Amino acid sequence: MTSDTAAIRIRGVAHQFGEAGDARHVRALRDTSLDIARGELLCLIGPSGCGKSTLLNVIGGLMPPTAGTVEVFGKRVAGPMPREIAFVFQENALFPWNTVFENVNLGMVFQGVPRAEREARAQRSLEAVGLKDFAQHYPAQLSGGMRQRAALARALSLETGILLMDEPFGALDEQTRMILGEDLSVLLSRTEKTIVFVTHSLGEATFLADRVAVFSARPGTIKKIIAVDEPHPRKPDFVTSAKFTAIRNELYGLLHDEIRKTMAEAGAGAAP
Amino acid sequence: MRPSGDEGRLASRAVQVAFLIALVVLWYLATTRWRVSPLLLPNPVSVARDFWEILKTGEFIGDLRVTLTELAAAFAIAATSGVVAGYLISRTQYRIRVFEPLFAGVYSIPIILFLPLYVLFFGLGPASKIALGATIGFFPIALSTIAGFGYVDKVLVTAARSMGASDYQLFRYVLLPAALPIILTGMRMGFTVALLSIIGSETIASLAGLGHRIVHLAEGMEMTQMFAYIVFVVAIAAILNTLVSALEARGRRP
Repeated sequence: MTSDTAAIRIRGVAHQFGEAGDARHVRALRDTSLDIARGELLCLIGPSGCGKSTLLNVIGGLMPPTAGTVEVFGKRVAGPMPREIAFVFQENALFPWNTVFENVNLGMVFQGVPRAEREARAQRSLEAVGLKDFAQHYPAQLSGGMRQRAALARALSLETGILLMDEPFGALDEQTRMILGEDLSVLLSRTEKTIVFVTHSLGEATFLADRVAVFSARPGTIKKIIAVDEPHPRKPDFVTSAKFTAIRNELYGLLHDEIRKTMAEAGAGAAP
Repeated sequence: MRPSGDEGRLASRAVQVAFLIALVVLWYLATTRWRVSPLLLPNPVSVARDFWEILKTGEFIGDLRVTLTELAAAFAIAATSGVVAGYLISRTQYRIRVFEPLFAGVYSIPIILFLPLYVLFFGLGPASKIALGATIGFFPIALSTIAGFGYVDKVLVTAARSMGASDYQLFRYVLLPAALPIILTGMRMGFTVALLSIIGSETIASLAGLGHRIVHLAEGMEMTQMFAYIVFVVAIAAILNTLVSALEARGRRP
C-alpha cells in the first residue's frame, strides 16, 4: 500500500490522561503510526485499557492526541469532521426521546444536510439495515441488536467516507452479534467506506477485517498487523474454514501474552 | 400478590375513596354520637352547607384572587431564576460541586422561619408572600435544573458533537430534551412548596388572602365557616396540583 491511497494516516500518535506525576495520570497510547487504505476495514484488537478506543477517538477528532498527528483524506484532524467521519458507539448513543427516524434525521440536521435530501437518505439507510418498519419506534421499544442497527443507519445516512465503530456489538449476545457481523459484511461490501472497528472478539475481528491490528498492553501501541485475505461479503461458512481458524489462533497467540501482562499489572497489589 | 394493570389502579382508587369516606364518617360520628364540642369540631353537614353558601355568594373571590396572584408571581420568579441559575451552575463540574450541596442544604431548613424578616423588608401585603414563595420555590427548581442539565449521558453529547452539532443545536436537541422531564418535576415541587408557604404565611402575618381569611374566622370563633374555608382551600390546592401534574405529564411525553 502506498501512502497516497491512505484514507487515514496516523503518525507518532500518543495520548495520556492527566499530567505526569498526577494520581490519575495514565499513559493510554504510545507512539503509534499506521496507514489505513481507502475502502479498507481495519479492526483494532487488544487487552482492555490498551488504548484502542483512545486511538479511535483521536482519529475521529473527539480527543486531541498529546503527541503526533492524524490526517484524514490529507486534512489534519483537529476536531470532529462530520462530513468525513461518522461514529457508531458501543450502546445507548441514540437519543431516547426521538424515534428511530428522528434519530437518523437529526444526525443529518447536525451535519447540515438540506431538508429536501434528508427524508430519502433516512429511508434508504433504514432500509439498508432492515429497520424500515421500525422507523416510528422509540429506542426503548427495540432490542439491543435493533438499537445498534439504528445507530448504524444514522451513521450510514451521513454518507461519510469513514466509519469509526467502537465495540458496536460489544453489549450484544453472541448470536445477535454473529448475524449483525454477517449483515455488516454484506452491507459494507456494497459501499466504498473506510472502516475502523474496535472489538475484543477475535472471531468478530477475523470475520470482518481486511487487516487486524493487535495492540500491546498499556501503554498500548500496535504490536502486529495480520492481513485477512478473503473477499467481502464474507459467507457464514468462512467461520468454519481452516483459514479462519488459523488466523484466529494466530491472533489468540499474540493477544494471550498481552492479556497476561495486563492482568499481572492490575493484580500486582492484590494477588498473592 | 398485588393486582396489576388497570384493574389494580381501579382497586387502589377504590381504597383511596373508601379512606376519605371513612374519614368523613368518623368526623360525623365525632360531632353527633361522641358529642365533641362544635367549637372544636363543627358538624360536617353544616360545614357543607356553609361551603355551598361560600361558593354561591362568591364571597371567596377577593381572597382567592390575592392568593392566586401571589402564587403566580412567586412561581414565575422561582421558575425563571431557578432555571437560569440551575443552567449556569450545571455548565461546569466545579460549580455543581460548590452549589448543589449548598442549595440542598438551604432547602432542607424551614425557610418560613425567615417570614418575620420578609415582613420587615416587604411589608404585610402580598409582596412579602411573593418573596417568600419565590425563595422557597427557587430551590427545588434550581436543584432539578442542575440535575437535569448536569448529568446528561456523555455519550449522547459526544455523539451529537461527532455529527457536527453546534452549541445551539446541542442545547436544543440534546441537553434540553434530556433535562426537561427532570426540570418539570422540579417545577411541580416548586409550585407545591410555593403554594404551601404562601398560604402558610398568610395565616401568620397578612392583610388578605385565603390563609388570612381562615385565621380571621378562627379568631372570631366562626368554626363552621372556618372549616368550610379549609375545605375550599384543600379543593383549590387539589385542583392546582392535578393541573400542574397533568402539565408535567404532558411535557414529559416523548
